[in-house]
Amino acid sequence: MAKESYQLGQVTMRSSGGPRGRVLEKPHDFKEAWRQILHYAKPYRVRIIAVLILAVGAVLFSLFGPNQLKNITNMIVEGLNGASMDLTKILRISIAAVALYLLSSAMMYFQNYLTTITATRINHDLRRDISQKINHIPLSRLDQSSFGDLLSRVTNDIDTIGESLSHSAVQMIRGLVTFLFASAAMLLTNVPLALVALASSMLGFLFMKIIITKSQKYFVLRQRYLGEMNGHIEEMYAGHTIVKSYNGEQDSLKRFEELNEKLYVNNYMSQFLSGMMMPFMEFVGNLGYLMVCVVGAIMTANHLISFGTIIAFIIYVKIFTQPLGMVSQAVTALQSAAAAAERVFAFLGEKEMEDETDKMQDFRAEKGEVVFDHVHFGYTEGRTIIRDFCFTAKPGMKVAIVGPTGAGKTTMVNLLMRFYELHSGEIRIDGTNITDMSRANVRKLFAMVLQDTWLFEGSIRDNIAYGSQNVTDEEIHEACRRVGLHRYIRSLKDGYDTVINDAFSLSAGQRQLMTIARAMVSKKPLLILDEATSSVDTRTEQLVQDAMEELTRGRTSFTIAHRLSTIRNADVILVMKDGDIVEQGTHSELLRQNGFYAELWNSQFLNAVSI
Amino acid sequence: MRKMLSYMQAKHWRLFALSIALMFLQVFLDLKLPDYMSGITEKVQTGTATTRTLLRDGGFMLLCALGTTATAIAGNFCSSKMSASFSQNLRSRIFHKVQTFSKEEIDRFSTASLITRSTNDVVQIQNFVSRGLRMIVRAPLLVGLALYKMSMRYWQWTAATAVTVVMVAVVIVILIRFAHPRFRRMQKLTDEVNRSMRENMTGMRVIRAYNAERYQMDNFETANTNLMENEQKARNILRLMPSTNQFATNALTVVIYCIGAYLIASSGSYALGLAVFTDMVVFSTYASKMLMGISSLEMVFNMLPRAATSAERINEILETEPAIVSGTETEGMKKEDGTPDQGTVEFRHVSFRYPEASENALSDISFTAHAGETIGIIGSTASGKTSLVSLIPRLYEASEGEVLVDGVNVREYDCEALRSRLSYVTQSAVLFTGTVRSNVSYGRKTAGAGVKHGNRIPGAGNDPLEPADEDRLWSAVDISQAREFVEKMEGKLEAPVMRGGSNVSGGQKQRLSIARGVYREPEIFIFDDAFSALDYKTDRALREALRKNAGTATSIIVASRIATIRDADRILVLDEGRIVGEGTHEELLLGCRVYQEIAYTQLTEEELKIG
Repeated sequence: MAKESYQLGQVTMRSSGGPRGRVLEKPHDFKEAWRQILHYAKPYRVRIIAVLILAVGAVLFSLFGPNQLKNITNMIVEGLNGASMDLTKILRISIAAVALYLLSSAMMYFQNYLTTITATRINHDLRRDISQKINHIPLSRLDQSSFGDLLSRVTNDIDTIGESLSHSAVQMIRGLVTFLFASAAMLLTNVPLALVALASSMLGFLFMKIIITKSQKYFVLRQRYLGEMNGHIEEMYAGHTIVKSYNGEQDSLKRFEELNEKLYVNNYMSQFLSGMMMPFMEFVGNLGYLMVCVVGAIMTANHLISFGTIIAFIIYVKIFTQPLGMVSQAVTALQSAAAAAERVFAFLGEKEMEDETDKMQDFRAEKGEVVFDHVHFGYTEGRTIIRDFCFTAKPGMKVAIVGPTGAGKTTMVNLLMRFYELHSGEIRIDGTNITDMSRANVRKLFAMVLQDTWLFEGSIRDNIAYGSQNVTDEEIHEACRRVGLHRYIRSLKDGYDTVINDAFSLSAGQRQLMTIARAMVSKKPLLILDEATSSVDTRTEQLVQDAMEELTRGRTSFTIAHRLSTIRNADVILVMKDGDIVEQGTHSELLRQNGFYAELWNSQFLNAVSI
Repeated sequence: MRKMLSYMQAKHWRLFALSIALMFLQVFLDLKLPDYMSGITEKVQTGTATTRTLLRDGGFMLLCALGTTATAIAGNFCSSKMSASFSQNLRSRIFHKVQTFSKEEIDRFSTASLITRSTNDVVQIQNFVSRGLRMIVRAPLLVGLALYKMSMRYWQWTAATAVTVVMVAVVIVILIRFAHPRFRRMQKLTDEVNRSMRENMTGMRVIRAYNAERYQMDNFETANTNLMENEQKARNILRLMPSTNQFATNALTVVIYCIGAYLIASSGSYALGLAVFTDMVVFSTYASKMLMGISSLEMVFNMLPRAATSAERINEILETEPAIVSGTETEGMKKEDGTPDQGTVEFRHVSFRYPEASENALSDISFTAHAGETIGIIGSTASGKTSLVSLIPRLYEASEGEVLVDGVNVREYDCEALRSRLSYVTQSAVLFTGTVRSNVSYGRKTAGAGVKHGNRIPGAGNDPLEPADEDRLWSAVDISQAREFVEKMEGKLEAPVMRGGSNVSGGQKQRLSIARGVYREPEIFIFDDAFSALDYKTDRALREALRKNAGTATSIIVASRIATIRDADRILVLDEGRIVGEGTHEELLLGCRVYQEIAYTQLTEEELKIG
């Protein structure tokens, strides 16, 4: 989980802590973030309205309760003072009260139930949209972002949003509704006593606000050190072999303990401060309670109110102070959710690749001629690395691209496959500009074997037939036979159905062979091999070479090669240096030129000659 | 979870005990409040209440409320400190443990999983310890104290309360039983979503090249929907808890009043009835406080499933015994003439099998590299080259046979002393956050390990390798062909290296990691395919410089290119974990079939004839 800070859109991303780290990240624009979250809630508005109705209902019913208790109390007090007590009536009222409470609790449950379902749905939709979004973003953008950060948006950030939707948003609604209705109920019952209760609660509320503001600093610091700590741990675990081999353990531990100590201090300060909330809430509750008791008693003593009113108020105060805590907790949670939402929506708001439905969808390259016509390109604005490149690959030609590390060989692939767009100039396949076709169409023309051998979790068969339609088992077996994997795969217990995953993995060489087999079955007119054979061992390579030879026959192929054998067989060699194509020609032509290629070539064999 | 608690130290328990003691006081004071209320009720009902006496009672209540808050804050301070310190300690334990792991254990857990376990999982535990633990203790305390206070009143009330508490407890237990397995599954499904997402991102190029976005999307959608449905079920089960609790609290209050009415009706006298009445008011407060305590358990149960999973994951790390335990020997053997043996590596019938693998990765390997010799190792992918060299620094343990360095079995060496003799340069370069200087001078060397050449007396203390010697640094940078780009970097040796070396190119990273090995001035160099990322020219220049400067150091070079090792003193040819050829380039060209096959794919006929 790489957690680097980087710029995406207009929002600076900070590393996020644990999934439930209760991070108090301040959103840049609280309202905007929530507007976007609510946009996602739109399809579920019927449910949400139901939730609101249920919440109001649950609160209302629970407020009728104290009223019933007041009646009971007053009846008891009357009975106490000599009047005869109507026990059956009390029983009836009690049953009514219990029924009301039951109704209230049932409504509360259904409200919670619907909220959970809706919140998880929204979570699901967000995850789906992020996953979909990835497919629509240009590679130039993706190559710059860290996977770890993106992953943490899918899990941690969306988790935070979900949590706050299902808990805090409901708490908020419930809290506010309760607060309003409880205030109203109190005011209706007795105005002076209600004012006493409200005033004491407000006092407590003020306290809480001060604490929240004060504790912010420690939360920010805690998150920062948590991020630094994550970074250190990640680096040390990933570089474990080096740490061990160079006896770097002690230095690594020293740094770790330093960070750990800082984290500890900020951890307990932030926890302590946020932990004060609860006692204060209780204090507010108690304060309200005692004020009602004392003031109420004084009023009763002066015959201003009945004792039943005090009882009702004691319960009202209890009902009334609870939501204050809920609301204050919810506000912090909603804040961190807004911060998380900003990160998610920043990604979802990324510029997408242009829509191409009106472009050519089904162009077929019959000949396989590829023309580069005055191509200009650079990865960053203003830094052109390919200048005015012109070249024609005739049908069936084998083109090799060579050059030292970092010379920009993969750039050619990025351009051919339209992973990146040209600054100016054209690339034409059989006379058609590739920007006139849809990207999907361009890619349909190429079979590709890349340096990073990417396999997905699935059976060997699915991996090889990947992306191609109507591939028969026989074709798959044949391809595997040709790359020398068939016997090995047959020797596995499940054969071609063996699932490749963490528990069963192939060696680097075998993975490479798999991707070659994949290219073989895909039957495309053009071929790209990006250092494809570099991690295949030299013996297996011979096998692969033969198969490749067969594969390239009749196809126009572009090979990025480190291997001399590939280079020697090529019809044209493009020599790249610092992004430029400095020379082009056949092997012998280039040697004769005695330029950069000749220098590269000879450096390999100077040793041999000197022996 | 229980095991987790055994990692708490005395000071944690002390803080915990203190916070519990404070909690006791808090609960006691909290329950004291209703007592005053009972006094007030009595005064009001008997008409003896004056404003003065009521205010005095109010003053006492305020004191109690303040005391409650103060003790709660103090208790919170203790528990914050305890949990922060505990999590600091836990992180530290995990990090220390992972440092002792060999590659075998790291591979088993996977780096990514180790990182989440050391960070996120610890946060989960910390949250639980800081809040959950207190509540677990607090709830029964509250129940116990309240029951005690109540038991002095009427048994009917106590019985009603007890029945309610038991019922609520039973419901909670049942809900937990149902929810727990679903939460565990949720964790798994989250992993699944992550995996699918990661797959999409790493395979972006291939997916686009094969127009397989739809296919991947469907896969992700399945995982996504599974997660959602499971989460809905799990959460909705737990959602029953607050509703149940609320209903129980409310219903109990009504029941208490009801019972109260009957008791008063049957009491007969005014005085007795009054006593029952005041008790009733107080009792209902107790009961609701008690149930509130129980409902705070709800939060614990919300946290528990996650915390328990995290605890298990952390325990797995802490309970893993590293397979490799350091020995005690720091000195190598003496030669016959009394000078220390420096730079010999010997394999005696070594076999090696990866844990849980069915076949040997290496079988019966025997060879000796004498001081100053250069040994080349070549072979196809998965022929065991990397496995072989990783036995020398004891990153893995040989399954059979002995590996000796300077005449001593590597098992007997103190690990630090052993590794101080070696410079191990891996195939994929690892750089750490810091500067060029900190990376090149990385690591430590113990005094026991002799230094090979000239400028340093063997055995003289140079521990640690600091302060970094300017000349030596530059000479290491020089030899590794890194001077050119290091000089171009801003700040040169002080130029910052970003996390994972992301601000330098692949080839530059490799050269810096070689410089790190050179700077160490070891007795033995191990290059594990370290030159493959370099272009031919750099590769050759680097080896030339090394040969000139490495003095009498032994070099073991794993390579996939024949050119890299053809001038080695001896070449070992590996095939399927066995040595199938040993000799010089020329000898092997004549006599070793596997070597010939490799050579044919890499060299021209002309070059082959030289041998």
